[in-house]
Amino acid sequence: MATNASITVRERNGLGGLLRRFPFLPALVILAVLLVLNGIFEPNSLSFRSLTGLIRTYMALMLLAVAQTYVVYAADIDLSVGAIASLVNVTIVVLMQHLGGSGFSVMAALGVGVLVGLACGLVNGIVVAALRLQAIVATFATSIFFTGLALTILPVAGTPAPAVFWRTYGGSILGIPFVFYGVGVLAVLLYLLARTRLATQLLAVGDGQQAAFQSGLPVAAIRIGGYVLCGVFAALAAFCITGDTASGDPLVGTKMTLFSVAAVVLGGSALSGGFGTVAGSVIAALIIGLINSLVFFAGTPSHWQNFVQGLAILAALMVGILVSRRGRT
Amino acid sequence: MRSVADFAKNPLVVALVLIVALLFLGNALSPGFASGQQILRLLIVAALLGIVAAGQNLVILGGREGIDLSVGGVVSLSAIVAGNLMNGMDGGIPLAIVGAIATGALFGLFNGLGVTLLRIPPLVMTLGMLGVLQGLLVVVRQGIPSGRAAPALSEFVTKPHLFGLPGIIWLWVAVGLLMALILHRTVFGHRIYAVGSNERAAFMAGVPVRLIRICLFVLSGVFAAIAGLCLLGYSGSSFANVGEQYMLPSIIAVVLGGTPLSGGKGGYTGTMAGAILLVILQSILTTVNIDESGRQMVFGATLLVLMLFYGRGRGLRA
Repeated sequence: MATNASITVRERNGLGGLLRRFPFLPALVILAVLLVLNGIFEPNSLSFRSLTGLIRTYMALMLLAVAQTYVVYAADIDLSVGAIASLVNVTIVVLMQHLGGSGFSVMAALGVGVLVGLACGLVNGIVVAALRLQAIVATFATSIFFTGLALTILPVAGTPAPAVFWRTYGGSILGIPFVFYGVGVLAVLLYLLARTRLATQLLAVGDGQQAAFQSGLPVAAIRIGGYVLCGVFAALAAFCITGDTASGDPLVGTKMTLFSVAAVVLGGSALSGGFGTVAGSVIAALIIGLINSLVFFAGTPSHWQNFVQGLAILAALMVGILVSRRGRT
Repeated sequence: MRSVADFAKNPLVVALVLIVALLFLGNALSPGFASGQQILRLLIVAALLGIVAAGQNLVILGGREGIDLSVGGVVSLSAIVAGNLMNGMDGGIPLAIVGAIATGALFGLFNGLGVTLLRIPPLVMTLGMLGVLQGLLVVVRQGIPSGRAAPALSEFVTKPHLFGLPGIIWLWVAVGLLMALILHRTVFGHRIYAVGSNERAAFMAGVPVRLIRICLFVLSGVFAAIAGLCLLGYSGSSFANVGEQYMLPSIIAVVLGGTPLSGGKGGYTGTMAGAILLVILQSILTTVNIDESGRQMVFGATLLVLMLFYGRGRGLRA
């Protein structure tokens, strides 16, 4: 079957073969180096408490990176993930407030949030795959639309989320921080999703659209599926943003879109599609978080921090691409 | 239906028809919208976007997923560099022009080297560069006061000159002629199309593919820097992140102008029309009495509809 060709592991020795099987290895090495560096500059940064805080803050980016990965599998891109996250964020915050902020209202709002993410993904998928508009510009256009919707629901930032929501997100259950349960569930979810037909088909479409079409795959439907998956994960990311910031903000996700693309690339997935792992994207989201904290701990003057972060991310992107290329050619 | 299909195939015709239609619509919604003064003002704004889009257009024409996400950062940074070099004095203008263009060329060169020598995908390279530029903007904003435009520069950009048109519009016309000349009358231009449509064939035919691609990114940086200079003259003083608003719109202008993101075909005349179209559309939405949220929704939806006219990909059955 043609779909298997794209993921067949070629028997090869050495670094190339290893990278082919585990595309996220360079990211893992960078992550380890950054953890060590963080530990050297600020031993406290490796404490359980600090790492929990890191995950709590960057859980949203992890999920957005995962969302982006599924569309990148099929050689597409989604520049609206941040806008979707913003829209879901304001939707659930406003809904929770209207429903009274009880446990039930939170669950109901989260359900609606997932549906909103799904609907946004469906719109993107139809626009890109069925109407055949170019993904970069089309999803930019939909992001403007989604942002407009978010501004309609909540014109200015500030409506607080109910305490039960952010206390749960920031709290612990049985002594273990809530976010660790989140990471656990995410790991299982990603493991299961990687075994679905859709994941394989997305990679096959990304590897060669024409070939996938000629071997009988419903290419448009598969690409739409990728965008829907992306929308759902963007909604999950919005839940984390809401848990972390405890409020609604119609523009909160905008700046995260480009970071999600960077994380996908850093994680070893190819923007040209057909090759990659979601695990890499999750690791890469943490790398971006660790770069930010390292720049802080290394005592960089405050107004130089953004510049050093930018340079470090660019360097990490270059290293990641140069190393992971050896696994593909 | 056939005639409609043929008609819709020429992006320039579609864009021009839409521009005229939008002008009528704007005038109907708010009388005076299509007055000479207003159109002039729209053209100045469109010229700023159009000059950025010229560089974007070149990079996209060069193919292999060519795209430049760093143009916005270059616009902002070169405006600040120029503002500080001239600092409100006419005598500083030559130095400021050199400084701004050198800034743009330098970052374009970095992008080009990363894309060709290290073979980093343009989207990733220029995205990373955007992060660096944004960081640099924070540094610059902290360290030195934002500069001021020299009176002569502001006058050139905004005041009427030859035939009552401001200098920036003449500059845009010059950029348009230059682009047409480069793309259709020079070896370099033909090579851009060759590289963009089939890189391997171009390489086999002896085209210096890497050098061409580096030049495209340098030119993109230079055009963004020129736009930064004009923006400085237009707004009087430079402030950080003024350029951010040009990043994705410059790409949209290119696409609306009929140059597909896959490269190798298209040209700058369409892009100019695309830039005007975008600016008129935004302007209409600001004159209509709806709030920001509704405006954004209409803008996003309209962009999608416009893209349906052109910029659609080939079907798999074709």
